[in-house]
Amino acid sequence: MDKRAESVEIRSASKAYGAVRALDDVSLNVGAGEFVSLLGPSGSGKTTLLGILGGFILPSSGSIHFGGRDVTYMPPHKREIGVVFQNYALFPHMSVGENVAFPLRARRLPKSTWPDRVRAALAMVGLSGYEHRGIAQLSGGQRQRVALARAMIFEPQLILMDEPLSALDKQLRESMQIELRTLHKRIGATIIYVTHDQREALTMSDRVAVMKDGKLIQIDEPARLHDHPADSFVASFIGEATLLPVRRIDSCSVALGNSVLRSARAIPPGDALMLAVHSEKLLIDDGAGDGACNRLTGTVTDIVYQGESLRIFLSLADGSALSLRQPTYHEAYRRIPPVGGNLIVTLHPEDTIVVPRVD
Amino acid sequence: MLALVSPALLVILLLIVLPVGWLAWQSIYHDGFTLEHYRRILSEDIYWRSFALTFEISLLVTVLALVLGYPVAYAANAVSKAWSVVILALVVLPFWTSVLVRAYAWLALLQRTGVINQFLRYLDVIGEPLALVHNTFGTVVATVHILLPFMVLPLYATMQKIPNDLMQAGASLGGSPAFTFFRVFLPLSLPGVLAGSTMVFVLCLGFYITPELLGGGRTVMVSMLVSRNVELYNQFGAASAVAVVLLLSVLLIFFVVSRFISLDRVLGQK
Repeated sequence: MDKRAESVEIRSASKAYGAVRALDDVSLNVGAGEFVSLLGPSGSGKTTLLGILGGFILPSSGSIHFGGRDVTYMPPHKREIGVVFQNYALFPHMSVGENVAFPLRARRLPKSTWPDRVRAALAMVGLSGYEHRGIAQLSGGQRQRVALARAMIFEPQLILMDEPLSALDKQLRESMQIELRTLHKRIGATIIYVTHDQREALTMSDRVAVMKDGKLIQIDEPARLHDHPADSFVASFIGEATLLPVRRIDSCSVALGNSVLRSARAIPPGDALMLAVHSEKLLIDDGAGDGACNRLTGTVTDIVYQGESLRIFLSLADGSALSLRQPTYHEAYRRIPPVGGNLIVTLHPEDTIVVPRVD
Repeated sequence: MLALVSPALLVILLLIVLPVGWLAWQSIYHDGFTLEHYRRILSEDIYWRSFALTFEISLLVTVLALVLGYPVAYAANAVSKAWSVVILALVVLPFWTSVLVRAYAWLALLQRTGVINQFLRYLDVIGEPLALVHNTFGTVVATVHILLPFMVLPLYATMQKIPNDLMQAGASLGGSPAFTFFRVFLPLSLPGVLAGSTMVFVLCLGFYITPELLGGGRTVMVSMLVSRNVELYNQFGAASAVAVVLLLSVLLIFFVVSRFISLDRVLGQK
């Protein structure tokens, strides 16, 4: 499909419901053809923002621009955006083919052109030959695909997705994530994707926007977001991190209880600081590591077998708890003491993440 | 299980099965088995005309109730919760007044010296008072008013079950509000249309007080035939036969309608 994707610009959009600010002064630029996820817990304003982009909700203030045009007051049916809803929103009284042809019918395109386009759209989502099926006969995954085909058949330059995979089981969800990624590269449209699943957001997105209480906290590429969180909320929301309160010593070291940890990153100013320890960044000290590494000694309190990895829970001398992951290959088992034993772990200064604490 | 439902079954037996059975028995037994009453219904003109008029009026009332009730139900469904309570309360409010009172109220409004005629004459729109009552017109107006809630409530219940997502989806896919209404909302509200129409039509078939008071003796509906057979001619057998035919018509309608939709699903909770 040959088409121009459309850039999206959100200029300090706010939405208030009475005293509640569902969306609080959010500005965000999405490049043409970019895949951006809005990630946050429920009530963070991500669905409100999607509703404003779709034209279903009028912002209290601020404006929305598609490719330079102000669309803030444009009704949804004129916006030319594909929307995939959380519960698919397929029309139950229409067949698969009629659902997919709805955008063509709404645009009064000649009826003779429908069958080819419907066939192509269904083929793109792997549902060739499903035109005459009823919606009730489809599985959750198939409904999802029909909703996708219907949202893409009119070749929108922007597609909005509201937790489209949340109703699917884990395995299907993960394979659909990879499919959506591939599909995005193929059609080249701009995609804005709402999810509360951080792994999903990291898997598919060019950039992830983390939201909380109606505010945009941080927007970055997945790796940057994961390893350089802006504050303790992002650090706790992205990845598997334990947050421990630390004291600032100088611009490159902090104190965790009695031990001093060095960081290769600039320690942010202020007193309310947290150390974010990702469980995959803690390594068991085998003596071979870099001498510059921070070392922590703890008592093993629990070992949980999770298939591809073990999660080992540690209690440090000052009582704070940490966890680390160890892949389950044969050699690794030798290094793990039994529960109650002592374990020394290393944390590289590059991986020593200190963030300001927010509530 | 049977022990638990038996009181209910007993009530149904005493209050419904026995009286209806007795009614049916009376219509075919008078000093011996006879189908004389049914023969008369089939052969005599007055019965035919009355049944035809009853079905005509019922159809007219149903169509009018649908035309008036659909926008009301739509509005109640579209506005916020607080406003929908207000709208539905206004729809249901007349339920708390007796049918008799409402019929007399319409009489006061529609009669030759009534509010409407006097107002129109005051405005010089008409010279002579219009015949608004003591005819089919008056009967239809009052009946529509009384039966409107039976149209609005099933419609509202059905519309409530149409997910808002679908309307948003229709809009996002390029459907104008009118297009999305006719292609998505209206088809999905049809079970409510059918349920409400059935309720109104069936209730109207057996309407008595309103046509009696507002029909002026010229609009003789089937229920009035029943009463006249009893009051004027003391013909319980003939009255029973008319009632049985009416009952069978209603059952037939319910049977046909239930082939298309599940009535208890629209009228009940699920």
